Amino acid sequence: MTTTDTYSAVWQRRTPRKRLLIWTGWVALVALFVWCWQLMTENTIWAFVTDAPRQAADIGARMWPLEWGYLPELMGPLWDTINIATLGTIGGVIMAVPVAFLAARNTTPSATILRPIALFIIVASRSINSLIWALLLVAIIGPGLLAGIVAIALRSIGFVGKLLYEAIEETDRRQIEAVRATGAGGLQVLTYGIVPQIMPAFWGISVFRWDINIRESTILGLVGAGGIGLKLNASINTLSWDEVAVILLLILGTVVVSEWVSAKLRRAII
Amino acid sequence: MSTSYPTTWRRPPQLIKSARLRYAIQFAIALYLAVAIGTLEVDWARVAAGLERGGRFAAGFLQPDFVSRWDDISRGLVESLTMTLTSTVVGVLLSVPVGIGAASNIAPAPIYFVCRSIIAVSRALQEIIIAIFLVAMFGFGPFAGFLTLSFATIGFLAKLLADDIEEIEPGQVEAVRSTGASWWQMVNYSVQPQVMPRLIGLSLYRLDINFRESAVIGIVGAGGIGATLNTAIDRYEYDSAGAILLLIIAIVMVAEYGSSYLRKFLQ
Repeated sequence: MTTTDTYSAVWQRRTPRKRLLIWTGWVALVALFVWCWQLMTENTIWAFVTDAPRQAADIGARMWPLEWGYLPELMGPLWDTINIATLGTIGGVIMAVPVAFLAARNTTPSATILRPIALFIIVASRSINSLIWALLLVAIIGPGLLAGIVAIALRSIGFVGKLLYEAIEETDRRQIEAVRATGAGGLQVLTYGIVPQIMPAFWGISVFRWDINIRESTILGLVGAGGIGLKLNASINTLSWDEVAVILLLILGTVVVSEWVSAKLRRAII
Repeated sequence: MSTSYPTTWRRPPQLIKSARLRYAIQFAIALYLAVAIGTLEVDWARVAAGLERGGRFAAGFLQPDFVSRWDDISRGLVESLTMTLTSTVVGVLLSVPVGIGAASNIAPAPIYFVCRSIIAVSRALQEIIIAIFLVAMFGFGPFAGFLTLSFATIGFLAKLLADDIEEIEPGQVEAVRSTGASWWQMVNYSVQPQVMPRLIGLSLYRLDINFRESAVIGIVGAGGIGATLNTAIDRYEYDSAGAILLLIIAIVMVAEYGSSYLRKFLQ
């Protein structure tokens, strides 16, 4: 009975080799973290960092009696913000639909040329934040609502395009084949075979993006693209933290309402 | 027996069946659009003047200039990348306890409410607004950015982790508990193995998101490539700005494909 001796008393989940590998991985991650931390904090002025609690208390104290009298003045910019989000979403969706049809494997007219172009448009739009789009557009077409709308629209193309082309690729082939079997042309297959299948997804994605856009359009004013962010920027620049607090509460309220509306609408659609 | 079949067919409406409601909604939308576009103030002369500048920007995008501002660009990139990694690591470390605390099936009620409210605050505030406050408190530079991204990571990761823990197989928890395991042993041997693959996947995804965000928060002074981009645009150096944007797009693409490959490899 010598075989029983080879069993370890304590159960181990992994073999020693695997444990060593995992352990090396963790050590490498810690080393990478320490190295990055040193690179990052090279120029940090620690006096400012240690001073932070005092600064926080100062800002908090200045926020206190909230400047509610500022609220009526904010209604115009809030209307602008909602318009930026809504018109931007509409513009983005209109541009995203053809891109999505070009990017989906089952509807693209040419998989070698047009599909990579469409995919690049989607990736470029998704990887650049709407604030950066706004920064560029304010420099190009000047400050104002139009820059915000175009920024939101350009940013939405990637999101809507990606989700929509995935929905198109997941459509049921048999329905499309059935429509095609009646002798329908390409456009008829599109309108009677594919569009009805992706319609709920389309509306769901659009409403979801509108909700995100409300959130994003509240801050576009920081770079001059109109809306309530302009007021926020002005209040921050004059260090009137009591006004900043009111604006932030209003933004928070708007975001909560838009989230509720979008959840309701999506539940009604899907 | 000759029944006359209709020769034309109109597709029935798909979402809203009642015709009256449909027309009402269409009318409301048209009215809103008219009012919204009516209140839109656009300085078309300025837009026309800007189109020439837009052309120059497009030209800069096609002929990016990586060289003349390379010092600034590389410093911004290093700041962004280091900020991304450190904030993701710290954010994940912080969000694991918060996430466990916010799972209603393994945490006691008071801790559950505390952790859920931490998550709610972190999710409600946008990165850029947190960054404004943290820059005011901690001074300009990547340290404020690091704190911003760490805080934002908690809201994202802790929520998804908590939701995941709430959906685990209760049988395994029951089995481990019936061996006489303590709470820690229960978390370690029955919860952690079930959520670990997803936690790793979400952390990699968040790494990707944190890099994108690090490009933005520089605009309000929190360091990183966003600050460099902002400067380049302010100086009207569109060729440098184009180079920075191309770098951001390239890194985001690499990060996206890399993290999706890694996630597939790990699961």
